[in-house]
Amino acid sequence: MSDIRNVIIIGSGPAGYTAAVYTARAQLAPLLFEGSVTAGGALMNTTEVENFPGFSDGIMGPQLMEQMRAQAVRFGAEILTDDVVSVDLSGEIKSVTDGSGNSYQARSVILAMGSGYRELGLPNEKRLSGHGVSWCATCDGFFFRGQDIAVVGGGDSAAEEATFLTRFADRVYLIHRREELRASKIMAERVLSNEKIVPVWNSEVVDVLGDAKVSGITLRNTVSGETSDLAVTGLFIAIGHDPRNELVTGLIDLDAEGYVVVDSPSTRTSIPGVFACGDLVDHTYRQAITAAGTGCAAALDAERFLSH
Amino acid sequence: MGATQTVTDASFSADVLNSAKPVLVDFWAEWCGPCKMVAPILEEIAAGSENLVIAKLNVDENPQTAASYGITSIPTMSVFQGGQIVKTIIGAKPKAALMTDLQPYL
Repeated sequence: MSDIRNVIIIGSGPAGYTAAVYTARAQLAPLLFEGSVTAGGALMNTTEVENFPGFSDGIMGPQLMEQMRAQAVRFGAEILTDDVVSVDLSGEIKSVTDGSGNSYQARSVILAMGSGYRELGLPNEKRLSGHGVSWCATCDGFFFRGQDIAVVGGGDSAAEEATFLTRFADRVYLIHRREELRASKIMAERVLSNEKIVPVWNSEVVDVLGDAKVSGITLRNTVSGETSDLAVTGLFIAIGHDPRNELVTGLIDLDAEGYVVVDSPSTRTSIPGVFACGDLVDHTYRQAITAAGTGCAAALDAERFLSH
Repeated sequence: MGATQTVTDASFSADVLNSAKPVLVDFWAEWCGPCKMVAPILEEIAAGSENLVIAKLNVDENPQTAASYGITSIPTMSVFQGGQIVKTIIGAKPKAALMTDLQPYL
């Protein structure tokens, strides 16, 4: 209840940490909540990041995040490894409550909660989650050595996961509902030239089979409507992400898909003093570098707001 | 209680299955981001727990035990009591959620 801070940042991917670097350098003494089990964000579950400028030989995702965090700390950002469980953004002084029950006040808030993986929405997907159904190839690929597994999805994440999983699996079926990948050309070519990867086009997963663990999946052909079973022991789901908006739902304007609406190209939300950046607002690009870019913009917008 | 302890394929029977106290086994590996997130939380829980022993098993170095319990996702945290699994938690969770799950054994 004591001091009122300049800025609180919620979230710790490239957007949150970059906002912290900038606001810290601007001597705003930011307080950042990085999350108790989500610190570092989506890149913590990736392997090599090849397209972040400045790292000509690539860099491991977790290492990149560690460096961004260290950079923010170096300029005096205060980082709490806890979750924010509720916010009050309405007044001039915003209030944020963390998982330990402590409240913090600030004149501005930067939202950078990112996105969470999307689920297929099948009952057996949930039941077999952790028993062959996985969202983290880097964590769980190891357990599928010499086996036949499937990846569902058609974007860069799916292509990257499928490629990574060939280190372990004998065969990786890549299930996609269209006839070509949405992934970038370089990733798609890597997939299509990999002998261990078998693309299964025009197909969607309609059921996950198995009692105690995954034994197969049921596919439906999106053209003919026919269904068929495919024997696999693992299913890695990479069908995209949804914005992590639970904290601000009903408090702030969201679009139809749940992204926080900002007054682009600024990062201003529908509430004065509240800014949003990263995957939480981004339908389109969803890259580490664009998240870092909007994190920087949010920091500058907050700085300008505070100086008035 | 104190710190977490390390168990291996070789010590699993003595340290976990034949333990007089309940033992939470954290199946983890170096390459697993969520495992690293949950590690300090488990240290905190270990420091505050009277009864529950918290043991860490590196699946990369000890694949036998992980395979025999059908582990396919990490972190998996299983509570063993009297040689049997009585509770399994899959995936990293915040401390409060873990404390709720583990309350009966702490």
